[in-house]
Amino acid sequence: MTNYKLSSNLAISDNGFLFLSTTGETFTVNDIAKVVLMDLKNDINYKSIFDKLLKEYEVEEKILERDLEDFFNQLNVYNLLEEK
Amino acid sequence: MKIAVTGLNNVDNPGPGVPVIRGIKDAKDFKCEIIGLIYDALEPAPYMDDIVKSTYTIPYPSGGLDLLFERIKYIHSKEKLDVIVPTLDSELFGFTKLTPKLDELGIKTFLPSTEQLILRGKDKLASFCNDNDILVPKNILATSAQDIYKVSSEFKFPVAVKGIFYDAKIANNLDEVFSAFKSISSKWGFPVVIQEYIKGEEYNVSALGDGEGKTIGAVAMKKLYITDNGKGWSGVTIYDNKLIELSKNIISKIKWKSGAELEFIKEEKTNKYYLLEMNPRFPAWVYLSVASGQNLPYSLVELALGKKVEPFEKYEVGKLFIRYSWDLITDLKQFENISVNGEMHNG
Repeated sequence: MTNYKLSSNLAISDNGFLFLSTTGETFTVNDIAKVVLMDLKNDINYKSIFDKLLKEYEVEEKILERDLEDFFNQLNVYNLLEEK
Repeated sequence: MKIAVTGLNNVDNPGPGVPVIRGIKDAKDFKCEIIGLIYDALEPAPYMDDIVKSTYTIPYPSGGLDLLFERIKYIHSKEKLDVIVPTLDSELFGFTKLTPKLDELGIKTFLPSTEQLILRGKDKLASFCNDNDILVPKNILATSAQDIYKVSSEFKFPVAVKGIFYDAKIANNLDEVFSAFKSISSKWGFPVVIQEYIKGEEYNVSALGDGEGKTIGAVAMKKLYITDNGKGWSGVTIYDNKLIELSKNIISKIKWKSGAELEFIKEEKTNKYYLLEMNPRFPAWVYLSVASGQNLPYSLVELALGKKVEPFEKYEVGKLFIRYSWDLITDLKQFENISVNGEMHNG
């Protein structure tokens, strides 16, 4: 995860609406996903995002790890990540 | 300044006339009157507010060039036309052939040559692309049922079966190819193009070439909603440098003169763009290019008038168009005028 960053072609609105300018694809994400994406956009690393979510939400470490990994996999599937 | 425009049939499968006119009228410090040229009395644009000043019927291309020229001469005698912008595929060969005669009348056009029109035709495009290292789906031209038997050995199913001018169907087996071949050839004649099916997303580019190899503008769009007829009913501007550079390369290689729509598919597994078609006129969604910062229709008029036009360098990404339908109410008198007299004058 540490070798990836959010696609520079992805626009994120305050409402959690995503627009990939190279393909015209749009996505909507929930509030937590928006926070993660904004952090990624600001080049905050995976570990810091993980720690922040663990602190802010009532979630077990293992579940968060699994959910975050799943989310990153989805970002990858939709070509929203690019290598650093 | 009077500019005549065709393709005013903005129906469920709209012609590009109305968006072309909107673009021309949006140009700052440019005053003109638009004269509509229509084939059918029920083309909607003449009945719309502030689109055309006057409208005249013209004969279908199948009626022959002499008839068309005589009609234009009559319209010119009444309106003193400066420019004609034909916008429909089916009329372009005719208008291109009439260009010298129109020039003599003092009417300017900005049209591709007959050779260029032939080169981008569905039956010639693949060999042009292969000669110029542009990716294009493999295809065969079928003129008889005998040709269909080649499909099984040369292609994997599904395949796309396309008419020479319009229409396309996806066929999943040989029986479906035969059925599509029969229905398309009966409507649009021969050859029927049988094309490799490339799995991926489709992207379209509206562009304007200056005839010397330069692209004046190119705007890329992704369709967001497609009708049952396969027409884009909404779309959004996108930007991918590869796509725009590829479009410019194609326009440069053909030295395309006029507006065009390039249709690409981005192959899912390789992310490479394949050219599916090159339409020899602006698309019906060309007003999206105007709204995103490239007034291609007006630039075409400027080129027709012999002005120097600097290429556009950018456009706004994320601009959306959504087409809609609207029941326009008008008086029977207007319909009567155009039906009986072949002309109609607004205000």
